Amino acid sequence: MKFVDEYRNTELGRKLVQRINRISAKPASLMEFCGGHTVAIMRNGIRQLFPPHIKLLSGPGCPVCVTAHHDLDQAIALGQVPGTIVTTFGDMMKVPGSELSLQQARAGGADIRIVYSPRDSLEIARNGPGKQVVFLAVGFETTTPGVAATILEAEKTKIENFCVKSLLKVCPPVIKALLDLGEVKLDGLICPGHVSAVIGSRPWEFIPEKYRIACTVTGFEPLDILLSVDRLVEQIEKGEPKVETTYTRGVKPEGNLQAQKLMEQVFEPCLAQWRGLGTVPASGLKPRTRYSCFDADVRIPVTVKPAAEPKGCLCGEILRGVKTPSDCKLFGGRCTPENPVGPCMVSSEGACAAYYQYGR
Amino acid sequence: MGETIVLAHGSGGKMSRDLIAKGIVPFISNDLLDKLDDSAVIDFKGRLAFTTDSYVVSPIFFPGGDIGRLAVCGTVNDLSVVGAAPRYLSLALIIEEGLSLDDLKKVMKSVKEAAEEAGVVVVTGDTKVVNRGGADKLFITTSGVGVIPEGVNASGSNARPGDKVILSGTIGDHGITIMSQREGLKFDVPVVSDCAPLNKMVAAMLKASPRIHAMRDPTRGGLATTLNEIARQSNVGIRLTEETVPVREAVRAACELLGFDPLHVANEGKLVAIVPAGVASRVLAAMKKNHYGKDAAIIGEVITDHPGKVTMTTRLGTTRIVDMLTGELLPRIC
Repeated sequence: MKFVDEYRNTELGRKLVQRINRISAKPASLMEFCGGHTVAIMRNGIRQLFPPHIKLLSGPGCPVCVTAHHDLDQAIALGQVPGTIVTTFGDMMKVPGSELSLQQARAGGADIRIVYSPRDSLEIARNGPGKQVVFLAVGFETTTPGVAATILEAEKTKIENFCVKSLLKVCPPVIKALLDLGEVKLDGLICPGHVSAVIGSRPWEFIPEKYRIACTVTGFEPLDILLSVDRLVEQIEKGEPKVETTYTRGVKPEGNLQAQKLMEQVFEPCLAQWRGLGTVPASGLKPRTRYSCFDADVRIPVTVKPAAEPKGCLCGEILRGVKTPSDCKLFGGRCTPENPVGPCMVSSEGACAAYYQYGR
Repeated sequence: MGETIVLAHGSGGKMSRDLIAKGIVPFISNDLLDKLDDSAVIDFKGRLAFTTDSYVVSPIFFPGGDIGRLAVCGTVNDLSVVGAAPRYLSLALIIEEGLSLDDLKKVMKSVKEAAEEAGVVVVTGDTKVVNRGGADKLFITTSGVGVIPEGVNASGSNARPGDKVILSGTIGDHGITIMSQREGLKFDVPVVSDCAPLNKMVAAMLKASPRIHAMRDPTRGGLATTLNEIARQSNVGIRLTEETVPVREAVRAACELLGFDPLHVANEGKLVAIVPAGVASRVLAAMKKNHYGKDAAIIGEVITDHPGKVTMTTRLGTTRIVDMLTGELLPRIC
């Protein structure tokens, strides 16, 4: 079995596109929640394949993009505490904070290091016993089990100079918040694929039940996305919204129970700040009291000034699906991947970066 | 345990001479180098191409090559893609103290083999040893000169609408190989670096037609960055066809896993040629006869639309932009 060719078959793709065009009559505003889907859609030019009444909107599913200014400023402040090493995934380095980015803070002398996995941070802590190592945990349910396992390993191996600044977030509450806002009228939602591999497809069932919105859980290849749009359009035409999983090779209805158990053991829900959406109850995760010695907010509390969004930047509106990157006056001019103003232009999964890279 | 290189080996005194005599010269010996004068003195006729490049790849040994082979091939290829026949190289080593003499000898053996394969000689060089931390094991700088045959004029600003874009083989092999070897990210991938000297293939291409408009070796930044440079320099558009671009299955899978576009991943033994449509099949046939060009393919064409930009027709028949790499995918890949 090859890895990807089956999901890039030209002939099957054409047939799906023909079918979608044939069966679709009603207007269909579809949102892809996840940044990974936005990239796949842009990279394969998928929007060009549909009639104008089928619209694809990008959602807030990019963990880097939704990190609030205030949280980023705190992370930068942590890096400036003497004797502290902040470790982070590479995508966070260039996101502009109120005054600095992590990258600029590093150039100014802060010890900030890029890691590929939370466990690398543990290694740094092991090798530098005189320093406090703070892992900047950014991500959704996909990333969280790995962070939880790292905390458990730190406890087991008695590594005391390691803690986590948790900016971890969970997806279902923010989708609910977005729908309750009612700013965009959605007919269908492409639910996040990798998140669903962990939490399963059941947590999305409230969407068709309460909001009458069609849902699919799908993968990231061109055919995955076409099949997903096909399913959404059929649900919309029939007026029978439900959750359909086309990503059966990765997602079970109940999800990955072992990963869920790890998450629940170590983390508990908390209020979280989302860029563009404000505070959303129970949409964040923080270490449970039993693990508070691994919580940077408890171990090394820092205070920062209230943050203001950069002028003219539409990241907030773009994350809510109200505007598209091309609506932003800064897009491609003042704001480019080399000189980003907002986070959506920084992250490889940000909507602005995807539009810039593949769609100008 | 074998001998280790220490700071004193870079002192310029007896130990330096020993190191050069034991670890370096025997591998690359030739009449011009063996004189060990301060400069190599060479008789020369014709149009000269002259280039230089530094190599800081980490790790210094990787599947499919090492820093020695890379340092020779990289400079040979830079000369080749302007149409020059590479002749002479310089070789400067910056060694971090603590490198084992055996590792240095292994690297020098690769230098020797790559130079022999390319038919070039190292005629001058330099060796420095720095404190631990002052370099990372071994850095190499090579410069090279070559002669450009009469009638050849290959430049990134010569691409013309109607030209065909030919790629010499699969993309991304080197970048993915290095990535798979990095600490903290090791993964098994059945692919090796494509690091190779391309001068003999280029000679065959120029024999097939000296009218090749442009050639480039898409190293850091990958094929996408190279083609964007040509599109800008020549003020033309370039349109690729996704399904014709050769990418190994393993590279494609690794790129999916890491979130990379193979078009942005580095190569060290590939070239892209822009040739008039009338001679494209002849040039392609000449490439396919060479071992390093057996997977060569026409992957697109030069057009008048969207000057300065590269687009791609996807497998689904849609069009997308192919942009330069922004930011850094892989630190220190060459």
